This record gives sequence, C-alpha cells and structure tokens, in this order.
Amino acid sequence: MLCAAYPDLCTLFSVEFGDGVLAVEPGALLSSAEDLKRLGFDRLGMVTAVDYGEQFEIVVRLHAPEHHAAVFLKCRVPRSEPRVPSLTALWPGADWHERETYDLFGIVFEGHPDLRRIMLPDDWRGHPLRKDYEDPHVLPRPDYI
Amino acid sequence: MVDGADGRPVEELVVNLGPSHPSTHGVCRVIAHLDGEVVVKAETVIGYLHRGIEKIAENRTYRQVVPLTDRLDYVGSMYANWAYCRAVERLADIRLPERAEYLRVIVCELQRIASHMMALGSSAADTGAFTMFVYAFEERERIVELFESLCGARLTYSYVRPGGVAFDLPDGWVETCRAFLKAHVKGLAEMDRLFFGNVIARGRLQGAGALSAADAVAFGASGPTARASGVDWDLRRDDAYSVYPRFDFEVPLGANGDAFDRARCRLFEAYESVRIIEQALDQVEPGPIVTPGLPRLLAPRAGDAYDHIESARGSLGVYVVSDGSPRPYRLKFRSPAFCNLQLLSHLAPGHTLSDLIVILGSLDPVFGEVDR
Repeated sequence: MLCAAYPDLCTLFSVEFGDGVLAVEPGALLSSAEDLKRLGFDRLGMVTAVDYGEQFEIVVRLHAPEHHAAVFLKCRVPRSEPRVPSLTALWPGADWHERETYDLFGIVFEGHPDLRRIMLPDDWRGHPLRKDYEDPHVLPRPDYI
Repeated sequence: MVDGADGRPVEELVVNLGPSHPSTHGVCRVIAHLDGEVVVKAETVIGYLHRGIEKIAENRTYRQVVPLTDRLDYVGSMYANWAYCRAVERLADIRLPERAEYLRVIVCELQRIASHMMALGSSAADTGAFTMFVYAFEERERIVELFESLCGARLTYSYVRPGGVAFDLPDGWVETCRAFLKAHVKGLAEMDRLFFGNVIARGRLQGAGALSAADAVAFGASGPTARASGVDWDLRRDDAYSVYPRFDFEVPLGANGDAFDRARCRLFEAYESVRIIEQALDQVEPGPIVTPGLPRLLAPRAGDAYDHIESARGSLGVYVVSDGSPRPYRLKFRSPAFCNLQLLSHLAPGHTLSDLIVILGSLDPVFGEVDR
C-alpha cells in the first residue's frame, strides 16, 4: 500500500509489520520528516527512544491516514553524544513527546523551545529508562527469585 | 504588569490549580496566569502519577505485564490490555480464535460506553450539572457490574491476555447485556435532553475551547477530541483491525470543535457502540477463547512491533521491542490522553478560569495514562 502511493520513496523503506521503516542519520531526521509531512504523513504518532547499549535509537512514528499508511523514522545516535534535532517546528504536538524522551533517556532535542523534565521532579538525577540506570532507593533483586 | 481590559495596567495573577484538586480530573497541576478572570497563559504540569510502568515492564515477563496495563487508563483498562496484547501477538505471530476477537470487541465497546459516561458525567459536574453526573454514573455502574460478573474485577480487569481472553461469558451474561443495551439507549436519549438540551449547559459548553481541525492534527489529537473538530479518523474503521470490518457503524463528527461538540460526540459514540455490541452478540459463535498450545512463558523473536487500537480517548499505541528473551526489552505506550492534554495550554488563553476547567474536562484526561 505504501509502495503504491510512493514508488520513488519506497526504495528507501524496508516494510515490516505493514509499516514502513526509514532509517536516517541524525542530521537528516528533520529534512526526512519534512519530506514525509509533505507527502501526506502529516500526523505525528509518537517520539520515543530505545537504549541499544552503545547507541540510542530515536523512533518517530508518522501516519498518513488518507493513504492508510504509517512510517517509522529511526535514527541512531551515539550514547556519548545523544543529540537530535527537534520536530517541534513541524508538529507542535512533538513538544511533550520530546520532553518525555529527554526526561527518561537523556536525549537532547536541539531547537526544542522548553526542554525540561516532564514526568520526574526537576532535581531528579539520571534517566531511568537507560539500561545502566541505577537508583539507590531500589533494592537489588534477590538471587533466589 | 499587563494592560487590562480598560487600558489601565493591572498585575498578572498566577493561580496554581492542583496538583490535587476536585476539578482537575486527577492529579494534574495547572499554573494559570490571569488577567482579572481571563486566562492569559496556562501551563500544564504532569507527572504526579508517574509510576515508571515502562521501566517496570522491562523486568516482567510478557504475561506479567498485563496487570500493569490495567493501571494506565484506569477507567478504560480493557483498552490498554487489548493494545498491549495485540502488539505482543503481532511480535509472536499469534493468531486468535474468532470468538476471542468478538469477546474483545464486546468488552471494549462496553468499556467505551463506560468511559464516555464517566467523561460526560464528570465534565457535567464541572459545570454544576450534578444530576447529569448521577445519571451518567448510573449507566456506567451497569457496565461495571457486567464486567464484575465476567472477570471478578470492577476496574482493573486483566481480561484480555496474550492469545485470547481470560474467561468465557458466564451463563445469562448475554441476556443481561442485551437488556442493559436496550435500557441504555433510552438512558442516552434522556441524558441528551437533560444536559445537551439545557440552556445553561449549552451556555457553558458552546464556544469553550474551540479547536480547529488543523490544530487537532498538528497537536496529534485523536479520538473524540479530534473528531469533534471534524477530523474524520477512527482506527476501528480506517485501520479495520480485529473483526470491526464486519460491523455496520458510523463515526460521529463535530463541526465546531468546542467543549459542547466534544461532549456530544461522546454521547453519539455511545449509540454507535450499542449498535456494534448488538451486532457482535448476534454474530459471535461458540468456540475456543484462547489460542491453543501457547507456552506459559512467551519469548517472541527479536525485533520490534507496533500496534494500536481506538480507545475511548483516541489512538492508543503500543511499541514493543524484543531481544528474544521472555521479558520485553522496551515497551512504550503511546497514550492518547497524553497527546490530547497538550491542547490545554493551547486552548485555554482567552477564556475565563471557570472555562479552563470545562476545557480540561472536555479533553477527558485520565492521569494514569498521561503519566504512565
């Protein structure tokens, strides 16, 4: 369905689970999102991240309801330099999604108007959804479980 | 200092609503900057109910996550159960028996009515219409009783499980359900006259927080919040998941996108849900309710999957990443209430403080789902 609508783009996609997947470099995230928005993917579903050890993967889901299509924009950034451009200029609704991803993963969205913690208190230390996050208040799991 | 309505300088007043306040529909804090009674700027502060469910899920097996999903949208637990199970089933290539799909549709459409009744009742109570609150909660109570007889729980059901549903319909349940639906249609007509025909309710709701279709799309709104603005998007029809293509139903749309249209959209959706349940009860046939032969410990292949359903609040998505182990590597809930609540600081400026409460209620936030 997606390929029928966008034959020229389709070489870039690998279609899994019925959704298109487009892997981009951090520098190309904003321009790819802009292109997709122009092509009809005008609804931002979510922005989130996954911790893959050395890298973080930023996952952006866009919908094109008119074409019954959706695409995942995936963008890997190094753990030492987790910075990606913000999508708030294209979708104001990206605001809270990016704040949440910043809060829980420590990923910096450059150009975000108000990048603060959203779920946790402002003085919280660390980013809990990172795999190496340790909280001194959490007891270690006993080995007999 | 800001310029007042009559040109004289007035001092801006900052009012802190919440985090725990009866009118905020949960633990939400709104920092309202006021000029007299008019909101100049409203900042929504969330996170008071953040329990880190996505982090907890990383240390639970796939089946153990189901009770956690109950605690997301706690007035619509069936939805989060279903959305999560769909994502896991997609990842693990589980195909469901037909009866399980029908039971899921039946309980989720009942859940939609219950959730919309809660939204209608509590947002009516915000405007002072307490009678409507009692009527709406009476309807909801009947559904909660149906769920209680089905799975023993009134709010946190864990009814939808990976591979099917937990229990089959008990004896006499279908008849009780049909009797409820019949009575509910009358109840809806009564509420329509009582509340939406009331001149005071109209005066309070009409024009409050009017949202344009373009803004609804830009802010990622979905569900009745977006449809009240004329955004014709309903996953049940457009994504046609589960057995929804077999049912005949309409997607009610609003025109003005104000609090009145949002509330009325929910009322009309309740009518459509009644139609869907009646058709589902007619079509459902006996059979297994769980996919046979599923292991106790699910360990889907490595990879990721996303699936979404139309919840009472909008498009509820679940993104699950597996590394092949019995525990999800990453689980993300795309909650519609979170996206819709962003609209509050966009819609409130220019309205009075009392209208801010009406607008907040009309967005129907559930903070378990907003904060996760």
